[in-house]
This record gives sequence, structure tokens and C-alpha cells, in this order.
Amino acid sequence: MGSEYAIEAEDLRRTYRARTGWLRPRRTEVEAVRGVSFTVGRGELFGLLGPNGAGKTTTIKLLNTLLIPTSGMARVCGHDVEKETREVRRRIGYVFGGDRGLYDRLSALDNLRYFAELYGVAPRDQKRRIAELLDLVGLAGREGERVEGYSRGMRQRLHIARGLLHAPDVLFLDEPSIGVDPVAARELRRTVADLASTGTTVLLTTHYMAEADELCDRIAVIADGQIQALGTPAELRRRADGRRVVEVEAYGVPESAVDAVRDLPGVRETAVEARGALQLLTVHSDAHVDVQSDVLRELAGIRLGRVDSREPTLEDAYVAIVSAS
Amino acid sequence: MRSLRLLVVGTLLHAKHLSRSPFEVTIALVVPVVQATLAVYLFRAGGEQHRLLEAAVGAGVMGVWSSVLFGSGGAIQDQRWQGTLEMIMLAPRRPVLIILPITIATGVVGTYALLTTLLWGRLLYGIRLEFAHPVAFVVAAVVCVVALGMFGLLLAATFVLMRNANALANTLEYPVWLVSGMLVPITVLPAWTAPIAAVLPTTWGARALREATSGGPVWPSVAVCLGISVLCLALGAVALTHVERRARAAATLALA
Repeated sequence: MGSEYAIEAEDLRRTYRARTGWLRPRRTEVEAVRGVSFTVGRGELFGLLGPNGAGKTTTIKLLNTLLIPTSGMARVCGHDVEKETREVRRRIGYVFGGDRGLYDRLSALDNLRYFAELYGVAPRDQKRRIAELLDLVGLAGREGERVEGYSRGMRQRLHIARGLLHAPDVLFLDEPSIGVDPVAARELRRTVADLASTGTTVLLTTHYMAEADELCDRIAVIADGQIQALGTPAELRRRADGRRVVEVEAYGVPESAVDAVRDLPGVRETAVEARGALQLLTVHSDAHVDVQSDVLRELAGIRLGRVDSREPTLEDAYVAIVSAS
Repeated sequence: MRSLRLLVVGTLLHAKHLSRSPFEVTIALVVPVVQATLAVYLFRAGGEQHRLLEAAVGAGVMGVWSSVLFGSGGAIQDQRWQGTLEMIMLAPRRPVLIILPITIATGVVGTYALLTTLLWGRLLYGIRLEFAHPVAFVVAAVVCVVALGMFGLLLAATFVLMRNANALANTLEYPVWLVSGMLVPITVLPAWTAPIAAVLPTTWGARALREATSGGPVWPSVAVCLGISVLCLALGAVALTHVERRARAAATLALA
């Protein structure tokens, strides 16, 4: 089996260079991944969690050979992603979220037939394998329909079937539940958990904390191209130990009020999230300081909804980690 | 054997996918018919009634070329837009085995143009489909499609790295069909175009079809067409391996 790890990343870096303009070309450089190191054990379900633009997708693409690292080294099943590309590709599957990535004017069956050929599934096994996977993702009976008529959830399930055609040792899932309804997302999580339980190594990126919490053995929080924290969900949750969270639903909170709350004694972080007409103000404070009355005083005169004081969750730990980066 | 299987299955499925695009099919059918109509009137005005079948065939070959040219650039761009380019390039296969079925499929879709111009000539202008060498015509047509597909691969190798590949395709369409003598004999063109014509597989493919239509030694032209195309395939395969690596370095496989 080679290496004891399914995935090894060592000081991975990736810089995107772009040139704009013809007469006076301007060169821009963006460092998307800045020295990422981690290992994933065989059969582990590893989560990569981070805000938009944190470097999650770039990291996945460096590991699955779609991008070449600017510097650093990565191995999948003991094979170097840059020098032993084909060996790596034989062992991995890649599934990403969203509508794209399928031949819309072909049926699901034709899509799977084509990718089975591409991914080197032996002709005598193709029929059986495709039938198994259609069954697994719940598309049996609908395989003859053109993909353009599929719902987003169905497309996502077809993506997963495609990614599993050649029974990969390592599966990269890049935000697979994006835009999928809650029921479909729950089925997706069950499929991923089943895969991991049968020994497939899974590297999952997601925005959804509940998804990461429920599925992952370990989670790396990535922000600004660097890993900010790495551990089991329980270990990460402890990052928010010693904190208390106050949540206030409000309508029309001015920036000055948020600043005033931020400056209150005992307050560690504040975040404002717009939810339609209302704003959700989340205030992290030291656990031994009761800031709720002070917060409400600063918000005097503003129309308020629900006010809640609670223990921190994994999401709060995540916010704390990302805010600190 | 598995590579051949991939080429056949890939070509058929890509041809099926392209054939279900109303846009692709309309372009493949309408433009050659317009060009064939113009050619028929030009040939009639020049008193060359006996060459009307050549006009229909020539316009059809122009359609095949256009389909391959825009297919090679457009299909790869299409793969990018569909998000499938990354998925297919991620397969543990040589890039040539992944891209060649796409470029041959565009040639297959181009045959719709050839069939349409022949049908159009027969129904509208009463052109009799009397080929000097009917069997050789079918063989030459198949070779022409496969050869142009291989030539398309060389173009595709360039297009993979360009986000606006269509711009290059636009500049190549008319010069190539003109220089290749698809409609106008290359003997009437300036002498400096002769070396360019000699190295283009389109020239020999068009010539083979013309000879099969009106008489002449078809097989040497078929052989030269195939020889040049195999060379293009070899060059394209090497180039594609190189550009695939560059695309991974430059991050041009995806849209963003």
C-alpha cells in the first residue's frame, strides 16, 4: 500500500499570476495557498473548512493534480502529485458542487459510460458498476433521461456516482452539498459516511459546520491561504471554551452601535450577518462576564427581535478561529 | 485495444452530444448550403455546368472544415464552460486519447454539411449524384473526417491554453478553405500559396474527394492526406502533453 498516509501535504504554496491590459500590461499576483501542511490517514474523513476565498478549492486542486504547486510537496497514496500524475489520478475521485461538470444533452447512463471508459473501468465490469452506483445514489430508473432535465440534487448525485466509478482510494469532495435541499444534503451525508466506513479516504471541503461536525474525523480550518487550526471537531470546539455567545436579532443596526458593542469590556468578537430584513448580531465574550445587558444598552432605540445567550458551538469556534486569523 | 475502445466510445458520445445542440446542427446545415448556392451560381456564370457536383462536394468539405475548426476551439471552450474540461483531463489517460475523440466528433458532425449540400444539390438544382468512383468517394470522405479530426487535435493543443480560442479560429476559417482549393482550384491562386497548400491535410482531403467525384487518382491524395494527418496527430499528442502541464501551471483548465 506504500505510504501510511492517504494524503500528505508539506508546505504547499500556490500563487496565481494574471496579466491585464494590452498596451500597458499590469501583472497581478495572488497567493491563494501559503504554506499548507497536513496529513490524512487512510480511511479517514478529513474536512477542510474555511470562508470563501480561503484557499480550500486551490488546496484540493493541488492535491488532485489539476494544479501544480508553486512550491512545496504533496503525495497521494505515496505518489507525488506533480511527478507521478497518472498514478495519483488512478487512485482518486473528484466531485465538486454546483450545476456544471456533466454532459447535459446526454443521459446519465451515457455520462457514466463515457467516464467509465475514460477512467479505465474494465469493459466487462462497466455495466455492473454503473448499475450499482445508480442504485447507490438513487438514480436507478432515471438513468435514461437527459441530464439537462435533472434537478440540482440529482445532478449532484450523478456527480458522486461519476466520481466513484473506478472505486477510488481517495475521494475529494469540494463543497458537494452547495445548493442542495436539506433532504438531499442529508442523503449525501449518509452516502459520504457510508463510503468512509468502507475504507475510502475522503477529503471534504464545506461551508456547513453541521456537515463537518457530523461527518469529519478531523477538521482543518483554513483562512487566508493558511491552516489556522486542525483537530477533531471536539478539539476545535474547545477553542471556544471560556466564551459565551449572545445573539441579538435586530433591524437597522448602525455601524457605530456595532463598534460600541465591540469596545465593551469582556467582548472578544462581534459579527453582523444580514438575514433578509433583519440582522443577526453575534457577540462572543469571556464566559465569566455577562455582557448581555451592556449589549442591549448599546442597542437602545433599535428595534430588536429574539435575544439569546448560549454556550458556544463548533460554528462559534470556527468564527473565533477565522476572526483571529 | 482499450485505447481504441475509448476513441470509438468517446467519438460516438461526443458526436451524440454535439448532434443534440440545435445551434451546432443549424450552423452545420445552413452555412454550407448558402456557400454551395453561391458556388453553383458562380460555376454556372462561368459556363462550368459540368462542375456543379464538385461545387456541392466542395461546399460540404468547407462545412466539415468549419465544424472541425470551431469544434476544436469551441468544443474545448465548451468543455470549460460545462466544467467538464477538468473532469476529463483528470482521467488517468494520455491527453491525446481524451481530446482526439472530441475533434473527430466535430468532423463527424461536419459530415452533416456534406450530406446536406449533396441533398440540396440534388433536390433544388437537379444535380445528378454521379461520382466517378463512388466507393473511393465514401472512403475518401471517412478518411477526410478522421484526418481533419487529427489536424483539429493539433489546433486543440494550442486552444487549451487560450481562454479566447474562438478569436484564432475565426482568422483561420476562410484562408484555409481558400488555400486548400475546396472550391476554387489552387492553380488560380498566387504561387506563394502552393507550399502552404501542400502541407495542409485539407488540401489533400478536398483533392481526394474532388478526384473521386470527377475522376482522377484518388488513392495517392488519400494517402498523403492521411500521412500529413498522422504527423499532425503525433505533433498534437506531444504538444498536448506539454500544454496540459502548462495549463495546470497556469490554471487555465477551469473558468476561474
